[in-house]
Amino acid sequence: MPREAYSELMKAIAAGKFVFTGEIQPKKAAHFDDVIRVAKVLKGHVVACNVTDNPRAHAYLSSLSAAHIIQREVGMEAICQMTVRDRNRLALLSELLGAAALGIRNVLTMSGDHTSLSDNPGAMPVYDLDTAQFVYMVRRMVDEGVDLEGNKIEGKVKLHVGIVGNPNADPLEVELLKIERKLKVGADFMQTQVVFDVEKAKGFLRGVRGYPVPILLGILPCRSYGVAEFIAKNAPGMSVPEDFMEELRKAEEVEDNSRRKSRIEDVNVRYFADFIREVKRTTHASGIHIMAVGYEGVVKALVESVSK
Amino acid sequence: MIITKSKVPEKILEMTKPYKRIFIVGCGTCSTACQTGGEEQVKEMAERLGVKVIGKAVVESPCDLRLVKRDLGGSRQLLEEADALLILSCGAGAQALAEHTGKIIIPGLDTVFVGEIERIGRFYERCRACADCVIYETGGICPVVRCSKGLLNGPCGGMANGKCEASGHTRDCAWVLIYNALKKQGRLDLFAKFRPPMDRSKKAQPQEVVNR
Ligand code: SF4
Ligand code: SF4
Repeated sequence: MPREAYSELMKAIAAGKFVFTGEIQPKKAAHFDDVIRVAKVLKGHVVACNVTDNPRAHAYLSSLSAAHIIQREVGMEAICQMTVRDRNRLALLSELLGAAALGIRNVLTMSGDHTSLSDNPGAMPVYDLDTAQFVYMVRRMVDEGVDLEGNKIEGKVKLHVGIVGNPNADPLEVELLKIERKLKVGADFMQTQVVFDVEKAKGFLRGVRGYPVPILLGILPCRSYGVAEFIAKNAPGMSVPEDFMEELRKAEEVEDNSRRKSRIEDVNVRYFADFIREVKRTTHASGIHIMAVGYEGVVKALVESVSK
Repeated sequence: MIITKSKVPEKILEMTKPYKRIFIVGCGTCSTACQTGGEEQVKEMAERLGVKVIGKAVVESPCDLRLVKRDLGGSRQLLEEADALLILSCGAGAQALAEHTGKIIIPGLDTVFVGEIERIGRFYERCRACADCVIYETGGICPVVRCSKGLLNGPCGGMANGKCEASGHTRDCAWVLIYNALKKQGRLDLFAKFRPPMDRSKKAQPQEVVNR
């Protein structure tokens, strides 16, 4: 029996809609200005928005607080990312209770980039639980109303727990077995890391075909050729198609500032709209997760172009 | 084996500076194997510190109080006269010597891990003494310490091309090694198995094993 849908995200998926989610990355800031600004840009174009939790192990404004603010101030549903890197099981539980009490309904579990990549590299990496165990804890909270040790929780915990999959993983079979393990434990949805190559995305989706879980493929529109080049060179296992790079490079030759920007946007919209149409047409993916941090403006154009 | 590294000479000189009579103790087991606290290193250290050194000894295993008593029995007088002991062993050995002598202890080594020696100059961490060994299920490869995140249900999203993110993708991801080992053994079902959270209370420190 399918689980009850508590969030707009899960309701839309349950209703058979092809969904879009966005992404907000809080900064090292003691205010919500940017978070609110970006949420407003994305509002109406995505059903919910991930709020990152200290990516690259850099400490930023907390994901839970930002998730709460975008829901309350902007009316944008949050997918609160939570890593097991910075909190032991007590802190995770307490954070989840806070999230549930604040009306946050989606939590995305992640192991979190290692502290060796941190801007505070001397920090202690926690990893008391791993992500599979984190999913297990959320399941017990939601399904049984208890914590890991069986201690009773007051009130119903309404949370959906998501996991991350990596279509670029090599060897892929290791990744698939890991995903299967987490799905057996009881993840509600999966978002993937960035994938550019539609064939690779399709291959991954074939690998997880048998798993009854909604999947949102991660894409990353590039606001410049430099961004695409950086990913191609530095993100291990991730390939950026040559023709897309070439088109971006050509678009950058346009001298006029605003014309150049709109050319770059065109390139992105064209490339990813094709990608999305192909995914919609040929796979069982439930939607697309658009990671356009610093390039949120493109989301509207992209979503509109494939919704026509 | 307990793997140790020598502290930099400046650090040792700084700690030994206030003392006039120093006795050096080495370790005949792990630190000898690591070439950080064997006969040779004790001798070199004595030469470096010069006249301050009133005596030296290599205890078979300074972490074993019985051997400390046995091997230092003949040096009682000199130990008595020493202002401080410079210890070239792991922290466990250094503390046993502190307990045995009541003297000021100067650790000459840094204790880095429990590991395997491939050859001199190549030491690898292999066990974190987690008090709940799981390697039967993981192809003889310890996920607690060989995975940078100590995950029991790996790999994480940082694995790329079989390598680990924490090493800048230079070192093998432990969970890929585990996968390969289990696959070879025809036991991949163990890979896909969900391992529940560790009981960290087994590691509440300091641990003691007291049987009688
Ligand atoms: S699982 Fe690893 S850390 Fe724990 S006892 Fe075994 S080898 Fe040591
Ligand atoms: S890449 Fe592999 S070894 Fe490194 S932290 Fe992740 S699972 Fe552990």
